[in-house]
Amino acid sequence: MNPTLTWDISSDVSQMLRFPFMVNALEAGTIVAVMASVVGWFMVLRRESFVGHTLSLMSFPGASGALLVGASQVLGYFVFCAAGALVIAGGSQGGGRRDHAQESAVVGTVQAFALALGFLFLSLYSGVLESLETLLFGSFLGITTGQVRTLLIVALATLAFFACAGRPLLFASVDEQVARANNVPTRILSTAFLLVLGLAVAATAQITGVLLVFALLVAPAATAQQLTPRIGSGLALTVAIALAITWVGLGLSYFTNYSVGFFVTSAAIVLYASARAFRALKGRQGRARELERS
Amino acid sequence: MSDPALTAREAGPAEPATSAGGAKVALSIEGAAVSLGGRTIWEQVDIRVREGEFVAILGPNGAGKSTLLKVILGLQPLAAGRARALGADAGSANEQIGYLPQRRTFDAATRIRGVDIVRLGLDGARWGLPLPGRLGGSARRAAGARVREVIDLVGAGDYARRPIGELSGGEQQRLLIAQALVRRPRMLILDEPLDSLDLANQSAVAALVQRVCRDEGVAVLLVGHDVNPLLEYLDRVIYVAGGRAVEGTVGEVINSETLSRLYGTPIEVLTARDGRLVVVGQPEAPFHHGHRHDHDHGDSHSHG
Amino acid sequence: MLAQEFIRNALLAGSFVAIACGLVGYFMVLRSQVFAGDALSHVSFTGALAAAAAGLDLRFGLFAATAAIALLLALLGRRAHADDVTIGTIFAWVLGMGALFLDLFNSGSAGGSGITGSRALFGSIFGLSAGAAQLAAVVGVVIVLATLLIARPLLFASIDPIVAAARGVPVRALGTVFLLLIGLDAAEATQAVGALLLLGLLAAPAGAAHRLTASPYLGLALSGLLALLSMWVGIALSYQIPSLPPGSAIIAVASGLYLLAFIGTSRASRRLFGS
Repeated sequence: MNPTLTWDISSDVSQMLRFPFMVNALEAGTIVAVMASVVGWFMVLRRESFVGHTLSLMSFPGASGALLVGASQVLGYFVFCAAGALVIAGGSQGGGRRDHAQESAVVGTVQAFALALGFLFLSLYSGVLESLETLLFGSFLGITTGQVRTLLIVALATLAFFACAGRPLLFASVDEQVARANNVPTRILSTAFLLVLGLAVAATAQITGVLLVFALLVAPAATAQQLTPRIGSGLALTVAIALAITWVGLGLSYFTNYSVGFFVTSAAIVLYASARAFRALKGRQGRARELERS
Repeated sequence: MSDPALTAREAGPAEPATSAGGAKVALSIEGAAVSLGGRTIWEQVDIRVREGEFVAILGPNGAGKSTLLKVILGLQPLAAGRARALGADAGSANEQIGYLPQRRTFDAATRIRGVDIVRLGLDGARWGLPLPGRLGGSARRAAGARVREVIDLVGAGDYARRPIGELSGGEQQRLLIAQALVRRPRMLILDEPLDSLDLANQSAVAALVQRVCRDEGVAVLLVGHDVNPLLEYLDRVIYVAGGRAVEGTVGEVINSETLSRLYGTPIEVLTARDGRLVVVGQPEAPFHHGHRHDHDHGDSHSHG
Repeated sequence: MLAQEFIRNALLAGSFVAIACGLVGYFMVLRSQVFAGDALSHVSFTGALAAAAAGLDLRFGLFAATAAIALLLALLGRRAHADDVTIGTIFAWVLGMGALFLDLFNSGSAGGSGITGSRALFGSIFGLSAGAAQLAAVVGVVIVLATLLIARPLLFASIDPIVAAARGVPVRALGTVFLLLIGLDAAEATQAVGALLLLGLLAAPAGAAHRLTASPYLGLALSGLLALLSMWVGIALSYQIPSLPPGSAIIAVASGLYLLAFIGTSRASRRLFGS
């Protein structure tokens, strides 16, 4: 199979969609893009990108641990990501305050320890990293309808969480002291958010691989926040960007046989860089205009 | 959230709902003491604040002024005595209190708009999503109108739609006051709001606060270091020092006799020709070492 | 155990790598730059892959890539202190490039990617030749000396950048140099514990040191010592238990020490009240 990209986009797309594996890949990609970008928007707001990345790496001991004891990989992913979230939540609230530096030391240690554990499991099991690539960068080729269904359930649960708790979470993220004075349960929300992050990451990583999850978590939200400070439109823009780069990535990967991960992250960085440049230019124009006026 | 009226009835022997002056009591603290980490911060504190009064809480660093605020908000338990705010136990009526914490500046990278921060003060603690557009109906329109109204009240209309991280300290402070006011609180608590402002802004903020106090009948507690920017606007003063607190008018509290008694060492209060008060002889406050990072910390630090 | 040459090599290289990580890590935690350290450590992996794909010595890719990205991060941040989101996005991009290089590498050579990848990711401290061990030790010493040289102004610049700048401390330059040091240390430590695990050597001993003492110079020394201890105990454990990989053992010890420090200080501080 050597599909070629022609200039007739619609016929290319319909050719792509003739294969059920591509349809599954697109469905999974869409669900993942929406879920990861929404979770990522809050993650970026709360400056917890480091935690997000660390939780995505929990999938590694999850997968290798499951392999070792003969459990299902899916279970391994969820258990380890959730456990990681709880440990980090506990570690960062141990002092009763959010001390950013201490928190990052905890997160770094958790990450390294989890990876060390994963490697240990792997060496106990086989000793050779066979599917390094699939683990890290995922494979959109073998997605079953069952996997898509699981993804959908997790995504709906995640979105339901934000529908209920999104506003108090926003308040607690932007203005913790005042939120607490307004009886918002900030500590519980922090822990709950980390759990949701862990579960969303676990679900996503099975499809996109451990490293690509992070790109979907960070890049769309970062780009959107460059372009607008508004909350509602910011969220909508985040989802739109995530969908765009996922579809483009999938399409390009299909036609060129290079990995989806590379295309998605490249598209993401191009958009982010453009957004930053755009804002920098606008800032300079605004200042020049102000100088003219005065 | 329990009904404040019900809570008041269930409480013990009620304190007088109105004081001799006839206005309702907004805050009453009796025989209160607080200890943190084994150390008694202050004790035998009696305070009564009426609605519509503008009260300054003064004292040296480390005396426990912010702690007093936390007690009123129910965020700090008492070791002795009682604290009741707005007719309920401290902490139960917090939706009727507007709170502006200390030295709160937003990271320059914070891209949330000022108007959204004010809006969070209105309904940020509510679960569920705000319905977009016309679906929300009149409730949503009323909320938007209230936000605009309070932003105009503090004079921040010009820059409320910009990301708050880009604004100056004084501009951020006005928006934060708007946030504290947006739910029409019966009591406003401001922790060192004038701290990082220049003189002109200090005066403007003090005048704004007094205007709100009079027009809306809000009891205002303002923690500060220096009484002078507030002199012409204040009703009463609470001075916290030496493990005690004294309450009264400016004349009753800020004089050599009262302050000397409070501190336990000779203090002199001098009046300059323009009416400004200068306090001389304050002992060195216990030094609280702190980090100077870009993000803010709470009152106490511990290096384990 | 010490009779074996590979153990002696491992201890030689490992000791200096550990001390370097301990010192650099202490400042990293102080400056809240652990995430940047994470990014740079993963970058070293991408660099190794790129070099492998191009057929060059892995070490060249390691050092070049980390230096390049360190400079980029320094450029994009205020006072050479890039924020969360910038680091995250650059990071994501670098990982994407890693995907590309992996593709190229796989299409270029037949197999072997698993082993190369494994070594780059999780280290191969028991596989160091005497020459490689000596080189690693020398680089480690260089990093340690460089860190000690800039320790005092860096401390000042980290705790109070505005006042430090007013006193003539080159805050921005120091920030850039420090990021480069992190990059160099990351590349260096990759050979010992691998790109994925070296964050543990950077974060855990430093985190423990920060919890145990507020005095900076004591903390610096403590961080180096804890890292060294983790290295030795880890190597010894891995030698005794053959199925336990050395990288994992070292990180496990380091994490354990941090956990002890964490528990010890949180309960103690509750009882002794922040003394």
